[in-house]
Amino acid sequence: MRASNGAAARTGPDDGRSEPSPLSIRDLTVAYHLKPVIWDIDYEAPSGRLIAIVGPNGAGKSTMLAACLDLIPRTTGEVRIFGRPFRSQRGRVGYVPQRESVDWDFPVSALDVVAMGLYHRIGWCRPVTRRYRREALAALERVGMAEFASRQIRQLSGGQQQRVFLARALAQDADLYLMDEPFAGVDAATELVIVDLLRDLRSSGKTVLVVHHDLQTVEEYFDEVVLLNMRLVAAGPVEQVFTPQNLRKTYGGRLALLDRVGNRFTFGPGE
Amino acid sequence: MVLFEIWNHLARWNAIDAWIVATGAAASMACALPGCFLLLRRQSMMGDAISHSVLPGIVLALLAGQALHARGWFDERALASSRHAILFAGAAVMGIVCAVASESLRRVGRLDAGAALGVVFTSLFALGLLLMRLVADTIDIDPDCVLYGTLENTVLDRSGPQGIPAAFGINARMLCVNGLVLTMFFKEFRISAFDPALARSVGVSASAMHYLLMALTAVTLVTAFESVGSILVIAMLIVPAATAHLLTDRLPRMIGISLVVAASSALVGHALATAAPGVLFSRLGHPEIQDASTSGMIAVASGLFFLGAALFGPRHGIVSRRLARARLENRMVREDVLGHLFRRKERFPDAAGDSLASIRAALGIRVRTARAAMGRLRRMRWIERAGPDWRLTRLGEESARRLVRSHRLWESYLARNYPSRGALHESAERVEHFIDDDLRNQLARELDSPSRDPHGSVIPSDPEARDEGDTKAVD
Repeated sequence: MRASNGAAARTGPDDGRSEPSPLSIRDLTVAYHLKPVIWDIDYEAPSGRLIAIVGPNGAGKSTMLAACLDLIPRTTGEVRIFGRPFRSQRGRVGYVPQRESVDWDFPVSALDVVAMGLYHRIGWCRPVTRRYRREALAALERVGMAEFASRQIRQLSGGQQQRVFLARALAQDADLYLMDEPFAGVDAATELVIVDLLRDLRSSGKTVLVVHHDLQTVEEYFDEVVLLNMRLVAAGPVEQVFTPQNLRKTYGGRLALLDRVGNRFTFGPGE
Repeated sequence: MVLFEIWNHLARWNAIDAWIVATGAAASMACALPGCFLLLRRQSMMGDAISHSVLPGIVLALLAGQALHARGWFDERALASSRHAILFAGAAVMGIVCAVASESLRRVGRLDAGAALGVVFTSLFALGLLLMRLVADTIDIDPDCVLYGTLENTVLDRSGPQGIPAAFGINARMLCVNGLVLTMFFKEFRISAFDPALARSVGVSASAMHYLLMALTAVTLVTAFESVGSILVIAMLIVPAATAHLLTDRLPRMIGISLVVAASSALVGHALATAAPGVLFSRLGHPEIQDASTSGMIAVASGLFFLGAALFGPRHGIVSRRLARARLENRMVREDVLGHLFRRKERFPDAAGDSLASIRAALGIRVRTARAAMGRLRRMRWIERAGPDWRLTRLGEESARRLVRSHRLWESYLARNYPSRGALHESAERVEHFIDDDLRNQLARELDSPSRDPHGSVIPSDPEARDEGDTKAVD
């Protein structure tokens, strides 16, 4: 399964910072069934910024987040959260998955779902006590959902469901947030709530990486952008990196060389 | 008559029957607990798969016990007393093997979960049959008992303390173990079933919880096997959980309801087994058939509970949904009648009322629908006869006024905020039925209480805000 080896040029981030980066990715390659999905990613997230991850469908944006959280095996490379492996930093990372990733018919209320964000702190085999329920309710309040706390989650609109997910991440009280398309299919009111929330998080020093689809709002909502298409095309402050040339590189077809190499791996090396 | 006959059957129940019910209830409740989580993980068929896969585990475990005995590590008594422990160990291991094998087959073989399960459990079951064939002379396993179970006979073995049947003891203990494990790991099971990715990211290993659930399921199934057989045990695992899922939106309540359903199925099931066949078959000309297998009837009873929940469940039940819909439709027809009579009164202030035929034609409804609506409206004293025609009473006029006010306010609201939009009337015709007092007042406030709608019709004032003056039309 080892299928890396500098096919693409390294875009090494400069090291030598005093404080470790919230998220630093080195040589990350992930392959499903021998076919690489993301290829040789090197990235170092700056602290306390709102960062958009942008790229076409199938560019590996969600895969990158999942690989950072040890949700899928990495083929090569390493990920460090505040300078240490994710395993020892779980409490500092909040994850907002895509809305489709869960079963909305599950018999839980909005409050139950938010309380799940606290499980790491509650610890094994301990019940969710009133104190934690209050905390969960406070998180729901922050996203304007307190009145829906006891609703079964199927009975919420798409935007409300997304807000429940965000409240859960808030309840986790993490330092680094990874959000997979929180803006997908939400109403205008929810979009505003989410943007406000992101800014809140930033002003309290959190770092937030958001998989984002709407190129029009990147400049308005985010400080930094990561352009991804299997490989890291460019990363940095929005005003420097979010340029027509870079976007064309990201969206204008796959990179030819990479595609050829990738296809060879589909049939196995040597064919 | 039939009831009396059934009562006669039931009145003959004795301590044995009570133990049968208690054992059945304990077994089904023990199964319902892991069943709830299997159902929520959408892995109900895992229960079926495990119930077959444990066979080689059981045979191997018994063989291992005998081997140990042969080496002199276990004497006869130790072997007999640890028989269950050995069985459970074999079953639990096979349960996990089945789960791991089907999961890796799914990943490596790129099969869907169902196909992977199908491959794994049939192979394991076949292996179990082969092993049984190899050791058939040395080990006593009764295939009939494995498949169907004999609840009626197992309770006869009252070797437990104070004459408590051993079968009840073991199932009750299993129920306690399941209850304890699920209470301890309640939130871990919940999060790994709901959102495995989140579970892993907060440090709860979803796969560890999965394997724990599989092991628990396997041991529970083996415990219940002896009493109810390997096929019917699947009903106990899934049906109470599925029934409860239809009845509630909360996990703790779902588990509670599934336990109640499980226990009730045992009671009703045994009642059916003792009473129903005699009553039923004697009428069909087979008086010799007097009872049926209790474990089978427990499955039938839980099926009936499920059917009841599917039909009459408050939110998801088919009948309840139909009824709610029909009630809504009837209310809408009634309100349309009121609106029609009100508008007619506006246009022809001197007319006495309107005929049924004319109302029907205006609303495009069938005779039966119209008759039902008019009848109900008259009983509510909202309309009354005026010769051959119908007219609004004072009470009816107030409701009609509210309705028409909603309609016209909504049209004004649409016209103001979405000027390019046509079909004002059609939209208002639908929406008027769902505007309550609050919303109506809010609409009026937002529009600065307009007096006319976009078509120029007068918007009737709020009945509450009006004085009692102009109601002489109704009197």
